Order: sequence, then structure tokens, then C-alpha cells
Amino acid sequence: MSELTREETEALIQEVLEVYPDKARRDRAKHLAVNDQSVEQSKKCITSNRKSLPGVMTVRGCAYAGSKGVVWGPIKDMVHVSHGPIGCGQYSRAGRRNYYVGTTGVDTFGTMNFTSDFQEKDIVFGGDKKLARLIGEIEMLFPLHRGISVQSECPIGLIGDDIEAVSKKAAKEIGKPIVPVRCEGFRGVSQSLGHHIANDSIRDWVLDRRDGQAFAATPYDVSIIGDYNIGGDAWASRILLEEMGLRVVSQWAGDGTLAEIEMTPKVKLNLLHCYRSMNYISRHMEEKYGIPWLEYNFFGPTKIAESLRAIAAHFDDHIREGAERVIARYQPTMEAVIAHYKPRLQGKTVMLYVGGLRPRHVIGAYEDLGMQVIGTGYEFAHNDDYDRTIKEMGNATLLYDDATGFELEEFIKRMKPDLVGSGIKEKYVFQKMGIPLRQMHSWDYSGPYHGYDGFAIFARDMDMAISNPCWSKQTPPWKKQPESGASTAPREAGELKKVA
Amino acid sequence: MAKLRQAAIYGKGGIGKSTTTQNLVAALAEIGKKVMIVGCDPKADSTRLILHSKAQNSVMGLAAEAGSVEDLELEDVMSIGYGGIKCVESGGPEPGVGCAGRGVITAINFLEEEGAYDDDLEFVFYDVLGDVVCGGFAMPIRENKAQEIYIVCSGEMMAMYAANNIAKGIVKYANSGGVRLAGLICNSRNTDREDELIMALAAKLGTQMIHFIPRHNIVQHAEIRRMTVIEYDPTAPQADEYRTLARKIVDNSNFVIPTPVTMDELEELLMEFGILQADDESIIGKTAAQLSAEQAEALAVA
Repeated sequence: MSELTREETEALIQEVLEVYPDKARRDRAKHLAVNDQSVEQSKKCITSNRKSLPGVMTVRGCAYAGSKGVVWGPIKDMVHVSHGPIGCGQYSRAGRRNYYVGTTGVDTFGTMNFTSDFQEKDIVFGGDKKLARLIGEIEMLFPLHRGISVQSECPIGLIGDDIEAVSKKAAKEIGKPIVPVRCEGFRGVSQSLGHHIANDSIRDWVLDRRDGQAFAATPYDVSIIGDYNIGGDAWASRILLEEMGLRVVSQWAGDGTLAEIEMTPKVKLNLLHCYRSMNYISRHMEEKYGIPWLEYNFFGPTKIAESLRAIAAHFDDHIREGAERVIARYQPTMEAVIAHYKPRLQGKTVMLYVGGLRPRHVIGAYEDLGMQVIGTGYEFAHNDDYDRTIKEMGNATLLYDDATGFELEEFIKRMKPDLVGSGIKEKYVFQKMGIPLRQMHSWDYSGPYHGYDGFAIFARDMDMAISNPCWSKQTPPWKKQPESGASTAPREAGELKKVA
Repeated sequence: MAKLRQAAIYGKGGIGKSTTTQNLVAALAEIGKKVMIVGCDPKADSTRLILHSKAQNSVMGLAAEAGSVEDLELEDVMSIGYGGIKCVESGGPEPGVGCAGRGVITAINFLEEEGAYDDDLEFVFYDVLGDVVCGGFAMPIRENKAQEIYIVCSGEMMAMYAANNIAKGIVKYANSGGVRLAGLICNSRNTDREDELIMALAAKLGTQMIHFIPRHNIVQHAEIRRMTVIEYDPTAPQADEYRTLARKIVDNSNFVIPTPVTMDELEELLMEFGILQADDESIIGKTAAQLSAEQAEALAVA
């Protein structure tokens, strides 16, 4: 579909809002906006990080999801205990494809589910004793674990268990860190507060463990923060940094280890990919250890080159030359990828609805393929995310915050993008409408999408989705025409005539 | 059989709910009523005078031992004491951990599912911990449970505050569950004009003072022997007081949705009876040192 004008987009928002009752309409109106690149502060045009309305089918998660699922879960050599009833742990188990190297169940535990499996009696009598016993069992059964995090589910906060006291005592006994995390799901409005709580627990229980200890530093030490290694993203990023001469001391949280987190305060520069989930700890290290941090974007050759140069600008000529060398080295490959896919994808439009950083970070990668993002939105962003998004999106494009099921469906029906980039909850809704969808949380079980290697896969996957012949071959039931003459002949109720 | 009547006893902590309930229940048993006591307090001391025991094995305590409440049988948790009185304690955690309210909910659900309220039973009394601090302790007054509430109180100010607060809780459940306030039981502390005061409070709440139980040492004598007065000394005048209360409850039909009063109204009532002095605005927020300085000044002027 051709681009909408500002007035048309504005009218579309109004039309979609029409269906809500007054109060809901007033609330939702604040979360929908027409992009205007001249706006300096997003708070003037869009509201975010507010409680979702009941009944609207939000796709947000909870604080536990933000801590266990995002920040802590991928730290591979620690055991992350879902403390509470079984469901939270079981249904979040291995859901995020945080790839890692190691022997699961021996020295790494990423895809396993550890839970205290609360029963009625644990609620009534408290779960502290069970937690203490469970820590002992972990130590006995998995002696190579490097530490434990206790991820609080809702009941822990309700019944007031003292998990801090249990953790401190047990940590002394087993001689390994045990981190109590107060990420009860009812806290905050989305998973976002869980990220913050998890960051704070890293700050309070882990980050200073090697303060004052010797470290064989180099001038080129950096850390990757906020890359969750979905489908191997962090690996595809790390090699570029190493190729340009940097030493990646630590990688959070995808394929990360406790030791890497502990060593992060020793680096010269923190490289931050997912700003939303890890800005808190980056700011803390800047304040306490004087380590600057830099947001970067490794989606698509344009943004990668920009980011590599911005990173190199923090170092000497050796690194700057390294960055140019890396860019030059991959240029022919990237040109070949673009030469192959751009003619097939040129002019195609995309609408995104994802989480942390992707609603803005992948825009450049689509643009590298000649595609255009005409609508984007975040599940749990804050206004600093929208500040960063306004400049990336074209004028008069559509922004939606914490979009409801209804809004997203209506926007996409009306704007008719060639591709939707969203999650599993949206996937089949739109595919059944005949609109191709790629999951942009899990890369649809593909990946990596980060780095130069990732872009080749990204381009292939987007082409595969859009160019798949199946979309033009399906006719949804409501578009099927009755056979000629059938309209005059009486039909039995409920009978659906097949179109030949 | 007569229709089962379920009653819950509430009141300020330490007011004598458990002692009064057990003596009352013993008096009911004495006249041949089939009665059950359900203790809804983690301390599990609601049945000791009936069973002559320190503390009965509680539903939650046994459930924790067995693994879960589903592993229990009714006879594991129910004991029969004086006069055939059935006794159950919900039990719960030690102070400061876990969720005692959830324990009450779990235990009462268990009793219902296991058919503890059989056809022979005529009365069930829930003896509930001090205040309705959370949903769990309101469990006994939810739908299909206790329909009559008796509040134990005395002429002391805090006991009356608590009674008024409990009345507020009853109003909330009166509309959804049909629970009614059935009367105040005055467990005397020998304060001045106590009976008149509680009658006045009862009138304000729209209910009655169903009985005034005088204070007597024999209650303590019986209690240290883990017995009710009814059993310890059936001839004592105090035993007759509990018998009178029992008879009044059997005959009671004065069930109302209470009309709790505001703090101001309650304080006016207390002032009327000389328990509370009118607020002297001039002394609010002044330290002892300031007050004595002012007094010294006043004296100097005089």
C-alpha cells in the first residue's frame, strides 16, 4: 500500500479509537501517534509505560518474565530458580532461544527449569525452609554451578518470605553467590520493571565481587551488554568487535557467565545493544567505575558500519583502522546480498510490533533491502525509547504503544503492509489474513540476525516470507464468491459452497 | 434434624473469645446439642478446654506432615471432646512467616469437602483470630458459612473500637453472603457502667447485648486445669451464666445488618460514659517538657 499522509494516518487512529468506550478511548489515544521527526521529546506525542487497560488483550509480560526470562535466565553457568508454584518456571522454560556453549546439566543450565514447586503448605507455612533445602540439593546434584539466582514469583511477595536471609546464609555455606531477586509478577506495569529489578540485583549482589582484585587489562577491553544471543546474535556481533582489535571481556546475558559479569567493571567501554533492559546497570557502572557506555546497532550493513565507527571513535588509530578494515572486508558480501534480494523486496512495506530495541533497531536493516517501515510500536517501552524511535521512522508513519489486539489488527488491515514483524501471538492472526509475518522476538527459529553474517540470513528470511507463493493462493472464507446463479437459488443454512 | 446453624465469634485479641466460646459450647452440649468448634487461629488454642489438651493437631499442621491436605482424612483432624463436641483446629504458621489466612481457607474448604458438616450437627462455632486482617480470616463469614456473628467485647475503649471495625467487615459480606450480626457478648472487665455502655453500643450498631458475663476467678481456675467451668464445677454460678448465654443463643432470632458508627460517634459515646475526655486541642503535639513549662508559667502568673 502506498504511504499515508499525516492526515490519513491521524484519521485512521481516530477511526480505530472510535470503538472504545469514552474512558478507554481517552487513555488509548495517548498511546497512538503519527510520527513527526521534528519532535524533540517523545513525551509530547506519545505516552508509554502505563498500566494496560483491562480487557484489551495486551501482549505484555510481567516483572518475573523480565528478570527470569530476559536478564538472568541466559547467564548459563548459574542455576535460576523459579521460586513459587510450577507454572511460571515451566511455561517460560527454554522459550527464548538464548544459545550457549556448554554441557547442559553439568556446567551450564540454560534450558533447564529449576523450581521450588510451591504447594498449599508452602504458602501457609512459608517457603524459606524449602528454599534452603533446594539450594542444598542443587549444590549436591549440580556441583559445577557457579551460583544461584532466586526468581520470585507472586506468592513470595504476598506471604513475605525472607529470601534475602536464606540466600545470605546459604551463600556462606556453599561458598557461591546466591542472588535473591524480588521480581514478583504483580510489580510494575510490564516486564520492564523486571529488567530494572534484575539490573539492581546484579548491582547489589554480583558486580562488586572482584573490586580491588588484580586484572590483566588491555586498553581494548569492552563488554557486550544487552545481547541475548537469540539464534547466535551475540556470536555474530562479537567476531566483528574482535576482528577490529577489541577484546570482548564479557558478554551479557546471552551465552554469558557469572565470571564475565563480575569482570565487567574492569573494561574500558560498555557496548549496549538492548538499551531498555540493561541501561540501568550501564549507567551504574558509569557512575561507580567511570566506564562510559555506548548504544550500538548491528542490524544491517548501514547501521553496522555506523556503529563500528562510533565504537572505534572511543579508541586509538589501531582500532579505527580495524573498524575500516572490517567494514571493507564484508562490503562485497553485503553488496552481493543486497544485489540478490533488493530487487525482490524493493518498495515492500513492513509494520513492526515487538519488545525492547527491535521496533527501532531493525528499521535500518529493512531500509538496506529497499523496504520501508510504515508502523512500529513497543510492548513495554518508556519515553526514552520513543525519543530514539522518532528519528528512525519516516514522517507520518504510525506509532503504537502497548498496542491492543484490536488496534494492531485494524491498523494492519487498513495499512496493508507486505510484511508484519511481531511475535507468536500475532503470527497466525495475520497469516490467516494472508499477510506474511516474521517473528521478530525469536527470529522465527532462524538467526542470527545481528552482524554481517546475520544480515544475510535476515535478508533471506524476509524474502522467504514475502515471496512465498502461498499468500496469493489462499482465499479466506469471507472473500469466497458464490457460484454463478447460486445467489438466486435457495441455499441450505450453514452450507458453504466451494469455489472451484 | 434441625437446620444447621453456623456462628462465628469475633472480637479484639485477648478479650476471651476462645474461653467464652468453649464454655458456651460446653453449655450447649450439656443440653444435648450436637456442636462442632472450628478454631481459625494459627495458635490452635480454641479447643484445649474441651479436649483437655495443650493444642490439638491442626489441619494445616497434619497436611504439612503428610505432604498435602488431600492426603488427610476427616478423622485425622477431628477430635471428640467433652459432651461429644467435635473439635477441629485450622492451624497455620508460626508468627512472622507464611500466610495464616490461606491456612484458614484451606482448612475450611477441606472440612466442607470431607463432609465434616454432617446431618446430625446442630451448631458450628468458628473461633476466629482477633481482627479480620485479610480475606482468609473473613472466610468463616463468606457465603454458605457462618450466618450469625457474635462479637465478644468489654467496656474497654479498644475492645469497642474493634467491635465497631468487625461490624464494618460484616456489612461488606452481609450483602454478598447473607451474614448477620447476632449480638454482642460482654465479657466483663469490671469497668464502670460496663453493661449500660455495651447496651448503648449495641443499640448504635443496631443489635443487642445478648448477655453480660460477669468476671469470676473460677474461669481461670478451670482454665489452668484445661477445662470449661461447666465441666470443672457445674454448680458454680458462673456456669449458669454460660448456660444462660447458650439458651439465649438457641432462642436468638435477632439477626441484623449492623450499622457501624463513625469514629466521632464512637468517641462521643465513650465521652458520654466518661471513658474518654473531650479532646483538649491545646495539648496536642506538646511534649512533657513543654507542658510542664507552661504549667510553671501559669503558676507563676497565679
